[in-house]
Amino acid sequence: MNWFYFSSPSTFYTLAGRLAPWFFILAAALAAWGLYLGLLVAPTDAQQGAVYRVIFIHVPTAWMSMFLYFVMACYCGLTLVFNTRLSAMMARAIAPTGAMFTFIALWTGAFWGRPTWGTYWVWDARLTSELVLLFLYSGYIALSNAFEDPRRGDRAAALLALIGVVNLPIIYFSVQWWNTLHQGSSVSFKGTSMHVTMLTGMLVMSAAAWMYAIGATLVRVRSVILERERRAQWVRDAGAA
Amino acid sequence: MTIWWSSWADFWAMGGHAFFVWMSYGALLVAVVVEVVLLQARRKRALAAIEEERELEAEN
Repeated sequence: MNWFYFSSPSTFYTLAGRLAPWFFILAAALAAWGLYLGLLVAPTDAQQGAVYRVIFIHVPTAWMSMFLYFVMACYCGLTLVFNTRLSAMMARAIAPTGAMFTFIALWTGAFWGRPTWGTYWVWDARLTSELVLLFLYSGYIALSNAFEDPRRGDRAAALLALIGVVNLPIIYFSVQWWNTLHQGSSVSFKGTSMHVTMLTGMLVMSAAAWMYAIGATLVRVRSVILERERRAQWVRDAGAA
Repeated sequence: MTIWWSSWADFWAMGGHAFFVWMSYGALLVAVVVEVVLLQARRKRALAAIEEERELEAEN
C-alpha cells in the first residue's frame, strides 16, 4: 500500500468528500443518544440539582478543545519538518472548529459557574489557561492568513501553534497545580467518581463532538484545498465537482 | 414522564435553573448551526473563484 497516496491534496479531496457525510450522520445519532441519556435518563445531582446537566456539553467541548489543538499541532509539526502541503491545510481546517469548541467550553462554564460558584467568571488557573487556548486558536487563524504567500502563513502559524502546545498540560493539570475554584477531574485514567449513566452520557456526547469535529474538518479542508489549488490542473479538469 | 421529571414543564424548568442550562445548550446549537452555514458559504466561495478564473482564461 502506498501510504503517501492520500497525502496528495487531489486524492484526499475526493476521500474527504466521501467520508464527511458519514461522520455527520454518526455525530447526529450519537448526539441524540447522548442528549437522551444526559437530559432524561441520568439522575439529577444530589448537591447541584438539574443545573449540573450542563456537564454533558461542557466536558465534551472542553476535551475536544484541547484534543483538537493537539491534533492541529501535530499537523503543524509535520508541516515544519516535512513541508507537506496537506498537513498545513488540515491544520488550517481544524483551527476554526477547535476555536468553536473552546468558546463553547468557556461559555457553558460561565453559565454553570454563575449558579454554582456565584460568578460567571473568575481569573482562576483553569479558566484563564482555557481562555489562552482560545487566543492561541485565533492567533493561529490570524497569522496563517496574514501573508501574501500562503505557504509562509502555514509555517509562521505552525510555529505559533507548536509553541502554544505548552498551554495544554497547563490546562490539564491546572486543577492540581494551583488552588482553583474549578473542581478537579471527575473522570481520570484511574477511574471515575460519577454515576454510570452520567458517565455514559458524557462519553457518548464526547464521541458525538469528536465525529462532528472530523466531519467539519473534512468539509473545511476541501474548501481549503480548492482555494489553494485553484490553478492546479486537476481542479480544472474536475469541473469543480 | 421519567423518574427525574414529572412533566415536560418540569423538564424545561430544570429545577429553577432553566436560564443557565438552556443558555448553555442553546449556545452550542447556535454555534454548530453557524459553523455549518459558514462551511457551506466557504465552499460556494471557493467554487465561484474557480469558475471565475476559468471564465477569465476562456476570454484570453
